[in-house]
Amino acid sequence: MSTDTLTTKAAAAPAAAPPRGRNTLRARRRRDALRTLAFMSPWLIGFGVFFVYPLVSTVYFSFMRYDGLNPPTWRGTENWVYVFTDFPQLWPALTNTLWLCLVMVGCRVVFGLGIGLLITKIKTGTGVFRTLFYLPYLAPPVAATLAFVFLLNPGTGPVNSLLESVGVPGPAWFTDPAWSKPALTVLAVWGVGDLMVIFMAALLDVPKEQYEAAELDGASAWQRFRYVTLPNISPIVLFAVVTGIIGAMQYYTQPIVASKVASGVMGGSGVTFVPGYPEDSTLTLPQLIYSLGFSQFNYGAACVVALVLLALSMAFTALLMRRRGGLIGSGD
Amino acid sequence: MPARLRAAVAALAAASSLALLSACTGSPSTATSDDPNAQTTITFWHGWAAPSEVAAIKANVDRFTKAHPNIKVKTVGGINDDKLNQALRAGGSNGPDVVSSFTTSNVGKFCASGALADLKPFIEKDKLDLDKIFPKVLQDYTQFEGRRCSLPLLSDAYGLFYNKDAFREAGLDPEAPPKTWSQFTEVAKKLTRPKGDSYERVGFMPTYLGYETVVSHYMSQWKHDGYFGKDGKSAVATDPGFAKMMTYQKSLVDALGGFEKLDRYRTSFGDEWGAKHPFHTGQVAMQLDGEWRLNFAKDAKVPFEIGVAPLPVADDEVAEYGKGYLSGTIMGIAPQSKKQNAAWELVKFMTTNTEAVVGFAQDIGNVPSTLDALNSPDLKVDDRFKVFLDIARHPASTTSDGAINGSAYQDTLQKFSQQYEKGKVADLKKGLEETAAQIDRDIAAAK
Repeated sequence: MSTDTLTTKAAAAPAAAPPRGRNTLRARRRRDALRTLAFMSPWLIGFGVFFVYPLVSTVYFSFMRYDGLNPPTWRGTENWVYVFTDFPQLWPALTNTLWLCLVMVGCRVVFGLGIGLLITKIKTGTGVFRTLFYLPYLAPPVAATLAFVFLLNPGTGPVNSLLESVGVPGPAWFTDPAWSKPALTVLAVWGVGDLMVIFMAALLDVPKEQYEAAELDGASAWQRFRYVTLPNISPIVLFAVVTGIIGAMQYYTQPIVASKVASGVMGGSGVTFVPGYPEDSTLTLPQLIYSLGFSQFNYGAACVVALVLLALSMAFTALLMRRRGGLIGSGD
Repeated sequence: MPARLRAAVAALAAASSLALLSACTGSPSTATSDDPNAQTTITFWHGWAAPSEVAAIKANVDRFTKAHPNIKVKTVGGINDDKLNQALRAGGSNGPDVVSSFTTSNVGKFCASGALADLKPFIEKDKLDLDKIFPKVLQDYTQFEGRRCSLPLLSDAYGLFYNKDAFREAGLDPEAPPKTWSQFTEVAKKLTRPKGDSYERVGFMPTYLGYETVVSHYMSQWKHDGYFGKDGKSAVATDPGFAKMMTYQKSLVDALGGFEKLDRYRTSFGDEWGAKHPFHTGQVAMQLDGEWRLNFAKDAKVPFEIGVAPLPVADDEVAEYGKGYLSGTIMGIAPQSKKQNAAWELVKFMTTNTEAVVGFAQDIGNVPSTLDALNSPDLKVDDRFKVFLDIARHPASTTSDGAINGSAYQDTLQKFSQQYEKGKVADLKKGLEETAAQIDRDIAAAK
């Protein structure tokens, strides 16, 4: 660099300096940004500690060999290759989770909305029915599952006894791979009280004038539901579906309790419980994460499954939140 | 946000993440500098929870504190392996110093990962000759690949319980239980009473979900050289014992009515650990079970006479009749404990002191785990319990091997076996080869 250039730049510097007002503006903007950050800091810290850090560590551990006790060691993509090519439980768990997201969540939304509609229509006993339908939701999941395994016991359960008394052979429910997920769905629909209350609130909020106008136009009951009720409550339907899918993705307690009790395996010397009974039909991704991480001490593979679950959740959410074809609608 | 501020925030986030990561990945400590003669209190976590069991633990701890008045022991009961895993990983001042577990199949992962402290320095310091103290099988299931991280605290032996009244009703001699599996099939068929499309009583529930009728318990009655070969690879496809056992078990299922019918009947059974156990209620006439069933049956006041015998053996292995599956409780030291020398005194006392082992075995109804205790004149048991002492002493009795990923290999084998008993596997040899390959892949992934 030549001396001439330096001299030129030094001479030009005072001329290029911003006016005082601009400096003040920049300082004020910085103060504003810092103030905003300070106000947001409780959320930012919570977001960082409870979301960003676990997410970053999950990605990090998915590339490591880590048993929870010894320092992690680099493993490259081996955990990913193992989970996707050599771990046969992944695919049943994935398909079960998808089944639950579609069928179980679908049934819960349909029944929640249907019961909500019925209760808003009836003239007397609303409070009684609302309470009756809401109460099962308050039952602890373990107790409710135990009760259903007992009720649906193919050998001694009252449901099958009733079916047999009218000449219908009862299914094997939680001990039959074809019926175990429908049995879990029955259990989920039984506890639909939470959605019913939310739908009732939404249904009562639909402007009556719109129904009156539709009736004057000669709309049938179905047309009133399709063109008046549904558009008005679509944000609530979206909420029910999204929260339902998140719940289905995290589905752990009910399937593990049901499979454990139905299989009769409580553990002991030389006896181990294999999640997913019968035939992996109740296996879900959270069970795999627990089994790999906490039973087999293979945190790396467990983190890969956790990231699969994350990707699945993001895919479902993106699908539902699309403006066209999703539940949000185009807003036209 | 200005570039400098952005960089600072990013650096701070990265540093925090690394700090948190490193905080979560501390390696276990192996501190052993505490004075075992000093006044101290140690914490012992165990799995027993029933009042009689808790009383037995207390009596055993009282024996220890009498011999070691300077060491107080705080006991915490009802601990399962899930809680144990969490505590051993987390450490902390409120964690246990001494732990016990009922799940011997987890010893492999406990030893390999360092979840339990290596006991070798303590054993060498006290010059304990384990070969003279414990039966070989018990030594095997308390270590993994040469790393001894636990010692046996009592053991369980598995045999055959049978309903003598049902034997008499069926015209069978109640003093001559079956000794081979082919005899067993015939006896089970004679004891079975159909009722409609189900059963009033089944001679034996052979399916792998018939409570204790799991692969590992059956396998001890067939000659085999363990679940893994010398190269560490799964032996389920190469050792003919596995195919022989599974073929027999399937034939027994078919002889007694087929899987579907038996499984539907199984769903009418009461809980394994309750008074409504199907053997207590007479729903099954013979039961594969551990020695504890005697006490459970006594508590349930079963209305028939119970016979006890070793489980049958393969027809060409009659010379080994009397053997069985052995398992038991294991005891170890938490690696994070700062009182490992005091903890070792408790472990050593409870697992090797003859008086303690005999007393605890009698109180809790398990088989003693030391050679001296098995032969102790102080061991007062009835003739039926002696059957289990003989099984424990039998040189051909076996257990299931440990693995780095715990019981995962047993789970894989069990799942395949369940498919086979249902008739869903056309080629047993091929299926066993695939199962062995899967076991090897799972173990490789955990290493």
